[in-house]
Amino acid sequence: MTSLAILGLLRPAGTTITGQIRLDGEDLVSAGPARVRQLRGSKMAMIFQDPLTALHPYYTVGAQIAEAYRVHNRVSKRMARKRAINLLKRVGISQPRIRVDDYPHQFSGGMRQRVMIAMALSCDPELLIADEPTTALDVTVQAQILDLIVDLQAETGSAVVIITHDLGVVAEVADEVLVMYAGREAEAGTADEVFRRPGHPYTWGLLGSVPRLDVPRTERLRPIPGTPPSLINVPSGCPFHPRCAYPARVGGDRCANEVPVPREASPRHLVACHLSARQQREILARPTPGDAPPSRLGGERTAGGRGDAPW
Amino acid sequence: MGSARPRRESERGRALPVHVMITFIVRRLTTTIFLLIVVSMITFAIFFLIPRLAGQNAYELAAQYVGRNPTRSAIVQMEVKLGLDKPLVVQYWQFLKGIVAGSHYNDGPSQTYCPPPCFGYSFRSQQPVWPQMVAALPVTVSLAIGAAVLWLTGGVAIGVLSALRRGSLFDRLSMGVALAGVSLPIFFTGLIALELFSYKWALFPNVQYVAVTQNPLLWARNLVLPWITLAFLYAALYARLTRAGMLETMGEDFIRTARAKGLPERTVVVRHALRATLTPILTIFGMDLGLLLGGAVLTETTFSLPGLGQFTILAIQNQDFPEIMGVVMLAAFFIVVANMLVDILYATVDPRVRVALWPCSRSATCACSSRPTMVWSRRWTVSHSTWNGAARSASSASPARARA
Repeated sequence: MTSLAILGLLRPAGTTITGQIRLDGEDLVSAGPARVRQLRGSKMAMIFQDPLTALHPYYTVGAQIAEAYRVHNRVSKRMARKRAINLLKRVGISQPRIRVDDYPHQFSGGMRQRVMIAMALSCDPELLIADEPTTALDVTVQAQILDLIVDLQAETGSAVVIITHDLGVVAEVADEVLVMYAGREAEAGTADEVFRRPGHPYTWGLLGSVPRLDVPRTERLRPIPGTPPSLINVPSGCPFHPRCAYPARVGGDRCANEVPVPREASPRHLVACHLSARQQREILARPTPGDAPPSRLGGERTAGGRGDAPW
Repeated sequence: MGSARPRRESERGRALPVHVMITFIVRRLTTTIFLLIVVSMITFAIFFLIPRLAGQNAYELAAQYVGRNPTRSAIVQMEVKLGLDKPLVVQYWQFLKGIVAGSHYNDGPSQTYCPPPCFGYSFRSQQPVWPQMVAALPVTVSLAIGAAVLWLTGGVAIGVLSALRRGSLFDRLSMGVALAGVSLPIFFTGLIALELFSYKWALFPNVQYVAVTQNPLLWARNLVLPWITLAFLYAALYARLTRAGMLETMGEDFIRTARAKGLPERTVVVRHALRATLTPILTIFGMDLGLLLGGAVLTETTFSLPGLGQFTILAIQNQDFPEIMGVVMLAAFFIVVANMLVDILYATVDPRVRVALWPCSRSATCACSSRPTMVWSRRWTVSHSTWNGAARSASSASPARARA
């Protein structure tokens, strides 16, 4: 949602978008739709969730990539085609010269996602948003696509936003992490900080629900209780409070009434939670049961590759 | 395996290699011819076999081919003339032979020759059927083609606009009119049109068919009302189909992709959405046109156009069996051929069908199986799992069909 809003693709009837979206110092919310359209594809591009349906079935992939390029660049069809071939090559499609003339249905899911990436990169965007780029793909292909995105990012130097549920992906590729819950910021910081010292109960929940190799297999995963809230009726106060284990610690009805303001837990690490830093530390320090967070957050059993990281 | 395959000459080469297309067309032609033979069998059976099964003998059958109150000897003569006394297989063979080589109807004293292609000889009007149909055909073709152009452009345009402005006044208004268009019968709209534009305001007075070769201007002027009347019925249907298709297509992921590229909205709508919507519409269009060429009975009757539809009605009224049989076969021919053309057209328009015709056409890596049995089933699933499938069945049950 947020990402679609950034691209100006979100326009359900009867809603307004307020706030600020800045790209290179330019506010996209106040900019007219024509201007946003110009930026779309040229300065900011997006890769979608499902590569199987995101490509037009009647046009060759070459034509679709060339089209993306030609909207923003005054070049001949032949030049655009060359560009398309180059891009296909760059995203690792073999025999790009032949494959440009193929249709999407002649590609596998992973290759279609590569085509999508090629299309998104056609104008060297400064911002690339990847909305769960790997959810529709199987695990080996996921890794390939992520590697590709990381490589291309290093190559082009553009900013990449990856939206994902997969904490493994985050740990693998992210420099900075923004944990969002029900459309709101829960926690933000460098990947290192967020993984080492997560401050928000939702982040704890996420981390607790990931299977790990370094705990006994008999150990159960700890899901977050409840279900994701309806985004039409977001819970009052802290949107996470109905599923959170700690409103009692905060005391009163603060969690239900007051939207927590992000505060700095440590340098470059913001947490939007009413729990004080001390309370958070206490909870994390507790061994296991009761209202404590998932046992694996307790210090003792941890080990693993991330040095002193408790998870 | 891809490297061994010869490269295509043209770099752009979007079309299928020629020989694949030809194979497909030949195969499709063969089926078509087979179908036509089946059609002829069924038609023949309806007129000659079923009466027998119902207990009619050759004499009673022959009685229906002569005028009213015939003498006994005239009937016997007719029986011999038509060969009704011979076995059915021989009769069918004669019938087929007549189409190719012409027929001699011979009862000794009198001889009648029906030149090829002989679709029967009407002994009521004392002339072969084929030339009569040939004379009526241009009228129906003029009517059908003109109306088709109108309804295709009009219906699709209205459908697209309605879909884009969904819920607007224009949308509700045009869908209301479309509902009326689908519901109102031709003889109602046609008569209203005649009353208003031909008699009351005399914009198109004295509507009668003039051959295009005779006077193109008059031809067009006199066909305007029938065109509009007929197109109204179909445009209504097409507007609804297009609207539904567009609404569905506009929600597709690839439309979001097109927008994300930064394409102007017009390009998104025309090049991406309409392109995908139009393919199934074209399929239905081909079939509708094929059906219409067999005679737009109501329209032709309402506007007194001497086309195939009117010919059919007259033949039925006169119980002129050879004429009815001829026109049934001709109409079936148009439908079968239209179906074939639609299939071929579809293969050129939808790349997914194209590949299904010849999997592994050129990709080194190939997602689909190359076994021929799979080819057919794939083709089937492709054309039927898409929206087209629903549209086809929806429109074949549509009210426009039987009421042109």
